[in-house]
Amino acid sequence: MGAGHSHLLYRAGDSPVHRIAPHVKIVAALAMVLCVVATPRSEFGAFAAYLIVLIAVWSVAGVPLRWFAARAVIEIPFVVLAVLLPFVGGGRRTDFLGLPVSVEGSLAGWNILVKGTLGVLVSLTMAATTSQRDLLAGLQRLRVPSLFVTIATLMMRYVEVIVEEARRMRIARISRGHDPRFLWQFGATARGIGTLFIRSYERGERVHIAMLSRGWSGVLPDVNQTRPAPGVWVAGLVPAAAFAVTLAVSLWM
Amino acid sequence: MTPALLVEGLAYAYPDGTQALYGVDLRIEPGERVAVLGPNGAGKTTMVMHLNGVLRAGAGRIAVAGLPVEKANLKEIRRRVGVVFQDPDDQLFMPTVGEDVAFGPANFGVTGTALTAAIETALDAVGMAHLRDKSPLHLSFGQRRRVAVATVLACDPEILVLDEPSANLEPIARRELAEVLLSLNRTMLMVTHDLPYALQLCPRSILIDGGVIVADGPTEKILADTDLLAQHRLELPYGFRIDH
Repeated sequence: MGAGHSHLLYRAGDSPVHRIAPHVKIVAALAMVLCVVATPRSEFGAFAAYLIVLIAVWSVAGVPLRWFAARAVIEIPFVVLAVLLPFVGGGRRTDFLGLPVSVEGSLAGWNILVKGTLGVLVSLTMAATTSQRDLLAGLQRLRVPSLFVTIATLMMRYVEVIVEEARRMRIARISRGHDPRFLWQFGATARGIGTLFIRSYERGERVHIAMLSRGWSGVLPDVNQTRPAPGVWVAGLVPAAAFAVTLAVSLWM
Repeated sequence: MTPALLVEGLAYAYPDGTQALYGVDLRIEPGERVAVLGPNGAGKTTMVMHLNGVLRAGAGRIAVAGLPVEKANLKEIRRRVGVVFQDPDDQLFMPTVGEDVAFGPANFGVTGTALTAAIETALDAVGMAHLRDKSPLHLSFGQRRRVAVATVLACDPEILVLDEPSANLEPIARRELAEVLLSLNRTMLMVTHDLPYALQLCPRSILIDGGVIVADGPTEKILADTDLLAQHRLELPYGFRIDH
């Protein structure tokens, strides 16, 4: 959003990757994820190739490897299952570092782990090189229904306002000695959440009136009126094309 | 001359049957600055909501610079009546200041260089042009209030309606906003509990209570009438006295 403030996912820059039109990046990222998902799990070379393409994109974008490594941690809860599968899977077993593991389970676990990781890395790459504002503009340009774009825009704007309100309510609670330690003491917190919901609902009504008062007719005006040249598609889709070629080769071989 | 705002016999009851306005008559000439005073629940905000057609009158009529507030005219009415709401977080809903200021004029069909010019003029008028690409989240409260004024100015309204403009402002921000508002040279209707602010900004005041206008005259005269104020649950802050 605003310039000069740090963001969790977006890393401001002016690389060729940053300059690719956002709608192209969205389409490219989606195509890349589909390629990854469609690759047979035993095509280890293809997965390596995907990673190499991503690393190439990162180096062009000037975003360091550790930026992605730190943020990819988010997938850990989702891949716990993948780590368990080799041990709980059935079928033929083999020895790995002295532990008996299931071959079928190992492949299933690998499948989840590698596709999940690559999917997260593709998304992080897009998020690191595209500001939230541009992402919304991209969705708008891709003709995503305006209602969704409007909801996403307002959510982006108000999530921090509501978090701040929740923080103030929490401080007001603990200032009066509320100190929940056990599950049955969370009643006040739960009622606080209810109050927050009603307050946010009322805010929604006030925002709506404010929007109507300035001529709102149901569609956010597209303020960024620059139309991208047809050439942007070519540059933006190069990594996605690399993924597609890799997939085609691995399926054909 | 056509009045900037004409309200005749405006009455309104909320859907639950509570009568909020009992027949309000008000005429504001172009260039006037008028304060709307009155206790909580007097009907001030309800009246404001009628001026741009958010609430539809039960009886009576309203015209803004000659154009009646009717369903067919709503869009133009909302351009002519610029409402600045009390909480700037309700008013600033776009990701950046510039986009928020663009929201109104873009809805009213302004595009291209005219739109860019409208944004620049409006932000310049409130001294906030340097914050154009910032998120409203990262502005101080006083800055947000001024940007909220700019979002309305960009629509080039006939009348600027402000709901509690000085609420929650630190003293310096309050004074700076007053200077900005005085520099705009616009017809203005200002709902406020801040009586010294009304005195500073508005030569004329109306006092609303119980859904009717109970006094209409020079602000100085109304604020000097201690008995009148007391009857309607109003009083000057400690240490203030107006000699008349």
